[in-house]
Amino acid sequence: MEEPVQTYTLTINGTVQQISATPDMPLLWALRQEVGLSGVKFGCGAGLCGACTVHMDGAPVRSCQTPLNSVGNAKITTIEGLAGDPLGERLIRAWLDIDVMQCGYCQAGQVMTAHALLRETPKPNGAQIDAAMEGNLCRCATYPRIREAIRLASGQEAKA
Amino acid sequence: MSALTDLNRRTFLTVSALAGGGFALGIGAAPAKAADGAVLSAWIRIAADGAVTIISKNPEIGQGIKTALPMLVAEELDCDWNRVTVEQAMLDEGKYGRQFAGGSMATPLHWLSMRQAGAAARHMLVAAAAAKAGVAANELTTAKGMVRHTASNRQWSYGELAAEAARQPAPDPGKVKLKAPEQFHIIGTPQTGVDSARVLRGEPLFGIDVRLPGQLYAVFETASVPGAKLLQASLEAARAAHGVVAVLEIKGSGTPDVLVDGIAIVATNIWYAEKARQMITAEWTLAGKGQGSGDFAKQATRLLDANKGSDLRRDGDAPAKLAKAAKTVSARYAYPFLAHNTLEPQNCTALYSADGALELWAPCQAPQLGVTLIAQHLGIPASRQSVHMMRIGGGFGRRLMADYMVQAAAIAKQLPGRPVQLVFSRADDLKRDFYRPAGWHGFSAGLDEAGKLIAFTDHFISFGENGKPMRSAQLNPAHFPAGLVDDLLYTQDLMPSVIPTGPLRAPASNALCFAFQSFLDEVAQAAGKDLPQLMLELCAEDKVLGDPGDASRASPAFVTKRARGVIEQVLKDSGWATRKATKGRALGFGFYFCHLGYFAEVADVSVGKEGVKVHKVWAAGDVGSALINPRGAEAQVRGAVIEGIATVTGQPVTFTDGAVDQRNFDGTSPPRISATPEIAISWVKSDTPPSGLGEPALPPVIPAVTNAIFAATGKRIRALPAVV
Repeated sequence: MEEPVQTYTLTINGTVQQISATPDMPLLWALRQEVGLSGVKFGCGAGLCGACTVHMDGAPVRSCQTPLNSVGNAKITTIEGLAGDPLGERLIRAWLDIDVMQCGYCQAGQVMTAHALLRETPKPNGAQIDAAMEGNLCRCATYPRIREAIRLASGQEAKA
Repeated sequence: MSALTDLNRRTFLTVSALAGGGFALGIGAAPAKAADGAVLSAWIRIAADGAVTIISKNPEIGQGIKTALPMLVAEELDCDWNRVTVEQAMLDEGKYGRQFAGGSMATPLHWLSMRQAGAAARHMLVAAAAAKAGVAANELTTAKGMVRHTASNRQWSYGELAAEAARQPAPDPGKVKLKAPEQFHIIGTPQTGVDSARVLRGEPLFGIDVRLPGQLYAVFETASVPGAKLLQASLEAARAAHGVVAVLEIKGSGTPDVLVDGIAIVATNIWYAEKARQMITAEWTLAGKGQGSGDFAKQATRLLDANKGSDLRRDGDAPAKLAKAAKTVSARYAYPFLAHNTLEPQNCTALYSADGALELWAPCQAPQLGVTLIAQHLGIPASRQSVHMMRIGGGFGRRLMADYMVQAAAIAKQLPGRPVQLVFSRADDLKRDFYRPAGWHGFSAGLDEAGKLIAFTDHFISFGENGKPMRSAQLNPAHFPAGLVDDLLYTQDLMPSVIPTGPLRAPASNALCFAFQSFLDEVAQAAGKDLPQLMLELCAEDKVLGDPGDASRASPAFVTKRARGVIEQVLKDSGWATRKATKGRALGFGFYFCHLGYFAEVADVSVGKEGVKVHKVWAAGDVGSALINPRGAEAQVRGAVIEGIATVTGQPVTFTDGAVDQRNFDGTSPPRISATPEIAISWVKSDTPPSGLGEPALPPVIPAVTNAIFAATGKRIRALPAVV
């Protein structure tokens, strides 16, 4: 019944890290409790809220639904890894200028999803923003400002 | 409530010099008796280099209090806001006074005392400069952390003056001169949250982010019915599972708000604890038979039919007036249980030392409650406990309870020397919530020939026993339109229940506003007018009435003039007078007063194949003379409006035999971005001290949406969530 512990070598925010854990451990808990990255958040454990969104090779994934044995050689990026990334910095600047957050718990996940959106669609329209961000819950409902910050970060007028 | 009157007590200062030439100042409301000792409510530190540190004493739940209260201090201190560092206080109510986040109370409680703290410090810095320069204090001015003597063109930074300031006599903070509103340069300016940048760097600010050397992680398995007792459990497989350090049976006190029976699985990673939890089989007492959502609804219907509620308020003779009325309107309303769904699940980290001390890292809106409960039920004296007040990933009232603190302490007490972080799974969080109670109303209203409301009755069905409603399940006898209709009767029946209830953002109001304002919309229609017109008529005379908000709150009263102000404003903003309802799309109106704030809201709603869509909401609010941080104020209104809409269009929680049916967000569907309407906010200023904004903007949007659905479709929404 018990799965043996294995050692995984992951590239996280540009740094190679070794993690010893069972293969089924979600990346979320490996990042938070084995590596100590607190930016990735636990909200639902079922891929329903987006608080745990990280990038694997640049694509947003729900780390709570990503077992360690599925990561392979993919490069992992978390909110901590956006420092120094031009798009990441632009998003964080916009998030602060608009003052998006209330409690802030979901915001790292929101920014990671927005990052992926703007990489694919540099100047998204309202419908594209909503479609991309639909999976990220914000219980404080900061949605109006999430829209504004994404527009601002993409060089558009913040107010639609 | 005594907290409000604290502002009127004599205040005093304590001053101390800091190493390196700085000074620290505390200000507080002195207790009535000197023997009660010092109660400090704010601390300011000014270092020799001019850096200003302001202590934030209250829990930050996203309401922005860690930014807003220090802004009050900084305003009167006249320092440079960009050079202020805000530091979170530990829990120490002996030093800071009450440290809680609830009831939109922090602004009214601290509007004066925080400014007095800043003004007193400024006074002492000016006195220090006067002594240094040999000039009169009234020749000196201050700005941005500098004291200036214009006549001699000299100036000194607060840092240069700090050491001397610490030697100046402390003024009576009740007598220091405060700025006139037109002198404000920080209050009323939009400011970004003091911790926002740190949150976006992923720094470990939240309770769940605590990670201490050797920390263990725990899940707590409990019965699906709140408060059920553990009969027996088989724990061997879980104990042998990978990563598991301990599996502990925890004996509860029997009540969910203190400690329920459960099994703690403690492991090196929460994942291993969760996996081991699946290996446990446990048998619990059957506690909730026949206590399901459908059962309660049937029981409520029987009680409404029987119409034998006990009196909550009886003015005149409403039944007689109804019998003689030219026209009567009657309808029943219902609303369901709701969960809090804080995105950060309940959690707490605890470290119990072998010498009997307990250290807690708690994301809690009322951490002192946790300390008290732990002292009472686990025998760890309050004096041996210390609590770090962690940033909170959403409160909404859920964290006014401290059950997770007691659970974490109970687990840690069995593992001395090892820090243990208890984390609720999402299913735990839904299962161990303190839900917004469901409720039922049977209303009747009577109109005279002229369409004037002459009688009003409500038979309210809620939860409780022996005439005592459960938490947040009460109807305040002063509720609108009490006091404005001469013949009025409120009666109540209470049903016993095992399902724990508790405050959810705008407690009681978030339910009552829907029922009352929707029914009044029906009354207005029967009278041949619209709801705002009826409201303006009821509020036409200048009157001051009791507070219909939380019954436990002090009641500085409902002022009809302020109600008229926001109603008229929102009618103007929304173009109400020239509105045109088309088939399937219309405007609706709602008004409410709670938590000292007045809000009138209009919703533009369409009903089509895809259900209810809210296109735009206009909100007009009156929370007094000033907004401390307009950016934070608007955020609170927007969040409240979107949350309110979700109670119409989203999903409630339901129960079967006392157990909640939902396990995750797919069952409760909190609002998402695509459902977010445009929200336009207007502020109506009135000449009263500012009040809080966590709650009062939420209730009125609910009837605004349901009344709009009626206007668009002809279908009355008398139960939530709306079925169209």
